[in-house]
Amino acid sequence: MSKTPVTFRLNGEDAAAFADAGSNLLDFLRRSVGDLSPKYGCGQGTCGACTVLIDGEPHLACITLAETVSGREVRTTGGLANGPTLDRLQEAFIDKFAAQCGYCTPGMLMAATALLDKNPNPSRQDVIDAIGGNICRCTGYEPIVDAILEASRNTRGAA
Amino acid sequence: MAIEFRKDLFADERDDSFDQIGQPRIRQDIEGHVTGRSPFFDDHLFDGLLHVRCVRSPHHHARVRSIDASEAEGMEGVVRLIWPRDIPRNMNTLLSLIGFGRDDEPLLADRKTAYVGEPVLAIVATSVQAAQRAVAAVRVDWEVLPHVLDVEEALTPDAPVVNEEYPNNTFDYHERYDHQKLRFGDPEAALARADHVVEGTYQMSPIEQAPVETCGAIAAPETNNRIVCYTSTQALFFSIGVTGKLLEIPSSRLHFIGGTVGGGFGGKVDSHHEPIAVLAALLTGKPVKYMWDRAEEMQAGAPRSGERWRIKDGVMNDGRIVARIFTGFFDAGAYTRLTSYGVQKCTGHLPGPYTIPNVASNIFCVYTNRTPSTAMRGFGITGVDFAIECHMDKVAERVGMDPIELRIFNAYRDGDMKAHRRLAKNCALIESCQVVAQKADWRLSADAMAQSSLTGGGADWRADIPETVTDDEGKIGERRRNGLAPDPFSGSGQRGRVAAGIFTDHPATGNAPQRDDMIAEAARLGFKVDTGAPSTPMPQTERPDVPPAPPAAAPPPPAEPQRPQGAPTLPSAYSEAPPAPAPTSAPSAPPPTPRSAEPDPEPYRPEQPFQRGVKRPGVSRFISGARRR
Repeated sequence: MSKTPVTFRLNGEDAAAFADAGSNLLDFLRRSVGDLSPKYGCGQGTCGACTVLIDGEPHLACITLAETVSGREVRTTGGLANGPTLDRLQEAFIDKFAAQCGYCTPGMLMAATALLDKNPNPSRQDVIDAIGGNICRCTGYEPIVDAILEASRNTRGAA
Repeated sequence: MAIEFRKDLFADERDDSFDQIGQPRIRQDIEGHVTGRSPFFDDHLFDGLLHVRCVRSPHHHARVRSIDASEAEGMEGVVRLIWPRDIPRNMNTLLSLIGFGRDDEPLLADRKTAYVGEPVLAIVATSVQAAQRAVAAVRVDWEVLPHVLDVEEALTPDAPVVNEEYPNNTFDYHERYDHQKLRFGDPEAALARADHVVEGTYQMSPIEQAPVETCGAIAAPETNNRIVCYTSTQALFFSIGVTGKLLEIPSSRLHFIGGTVGGGFGGKVDSHHEPIAVLAALLTGKPVKYMWDRAEEMQAGAPRSGERWRIKDGVMNDGRIVARIFTGFFDAGAYTRLTSYGVQKCTGHLPGPYTIPNVASNIFCVYTNRTPSTAMRGFGITGVDFAIECHMDKVAERVGMDPIELRIFNAYRDGDMKAHRRLAKNCALIESCQVVAQKADWRLSADAMAQSSLTGGGADWRADIPETVTDDEGKIGERRRNGLAPDPFSGSGQRGRVAAGIFTDHPATGNAPQRDDMIAEAARLGFKVDTGAPSTPMPQTERPDVPPAPPAAAPPPPAEPQRPQGAPTLPSAYSEAPPAPAPTSAPSAPPPTPRSAEPDPEPYRPEQPFQRGVKRPGVSRFISGARRR
């Protein structure tokens, strides 16, 4: 099986690893790079648990070819916190009880990050639209929406 | 009756201030969740991790004639094939660890498959893709068998046998009976004097738990001759026990790590991944991951069981529900898993949160060629509650009453006797209804708003519970001691009534099959109940523990009447037509009549000879509830 070297930026740092031919970005990040924060939920681009940011845009890692991130900037939930200081979104998720099993949370945080980067003052409907591609099977959507709105109002730890 | 707190428990740790209620709390595991560091089972990296995919049946019901895996074996990346013969003890049932039910499910099917997606062969490969390619290259010669997907069709005599361990397509309760029974009071008499009889049929679909994290496990050889297994299980000790049993290795060699579950909702108790992953790790000496993809999770993952309910209520003009009779069918799918337990849990929940002095239920755990069903969020309760609450609305409409007020009127109050013979306490349905009505701006009468769970319980009509009418084969209550009780047809005088509210200790008390309602059920399913022919006494030797006669090669001769002389007539409560109201409306039951004294005008004669499941001529496998194997 042929392997392709992929060099890219991951959460602000240079990263490089070999991608199996045809492997998707989710497997590549998790198994080859070692960033376990994106999660496998469906493998077919419907649940949003693997959401990562590529050059600031939310993408579904499970249906993105690994080689396509070559030379680009990838952000994951693993890089949200600044050392021990959590991101305002992470703080808001904690304060608002916006996680139950926690499996969809990394994808939710990435979708929310993309939203707040573009629209610092979203309406409730903007937030709902932004996480419309992310499934929370514990059905805890209301606290998640509340947390994202709270983070948009809170500059504490803002990037 | 005041609210009861068990203050003796954790007395030195209790505060009882309740000032934490309504206060936001920080989850102890949430920092891991928001940083992506919570250790789900798949978040453990191993070099050289192997992957498993299974060859699965595309048919509802099929026999495996042969499997040709020669092409798959030689394919690139394929490390090992796991055949049913590789599993040391390839038969299990989930609750066998607590001694409930018989082993009925192979880890990998070796003779036949009974649902779409049942695995017959596992392939271990260096990548998921290699395993998938190998699976696609396996040729299975299927002999497609007739299948049954409906619970009531599965109970007909010519239905295919889904699960060979339970050839009647029903779980054997108490090792003998094909359904779980509840009897309380005298529902037939109460129905006869009710002003209205309200009937309804309700169907719940199976529901997939669909956790975002699919089920899976990673197993790897560890030092000390142990196997470490990271698993998504909700039930770690089920998983250890099942793995140890199927693989015949002591649990001391199994180092299982769980606890972080990406959503389970009941679907992660079935313990199918750990045994295969551990076996693959043992056979290959390498770390192995067996994780379902989304399609497998949805197709092969066990859902909540579908349920069908028939409810028959006797209601007075003032809204008082005086009788409620249930017939329920739980769709277990092809194997038992946890459905048998769900049925018992359900029986303990009937008749819902309402004080009804006459309750009866027969609930069947039925095998069909659907995906086996298992636990899901309140299973055994949620489905019947849907049926009950729909039915309450129907009753309210019939008697012209506000639906919430109907519920308040009939709700349990502290001190009421429940159908399973425990006093109700800490009741709050009335108060809940009042709050719901207020929040919904739904006007209730001043009388309904004045009601309270704390007053009136166990008084007046609420205490007027008739003696429980028992079967002609014995009484209801505890399971028989000392093996089988005297022959139920011997007329030894064990029929009668049990005083209400008593969990009797009488040695004759037994959980005997109730014949007449079973006969009604058989008649409803299309069997003819001949009322004209003379009855034939049942031979005294026919007992469920007598070894069955060898099955006849030809169809058995026409059935002889199975019911004994002296059996009661078909009770009107279970017949299709509503019973005629009796002239009396006295709240108490008519005095007990010795039912055994009645002649038997209705010998049972099926129209067709039975094709299967019956070892003795003339005996319907579901007419008596007795296990016939």
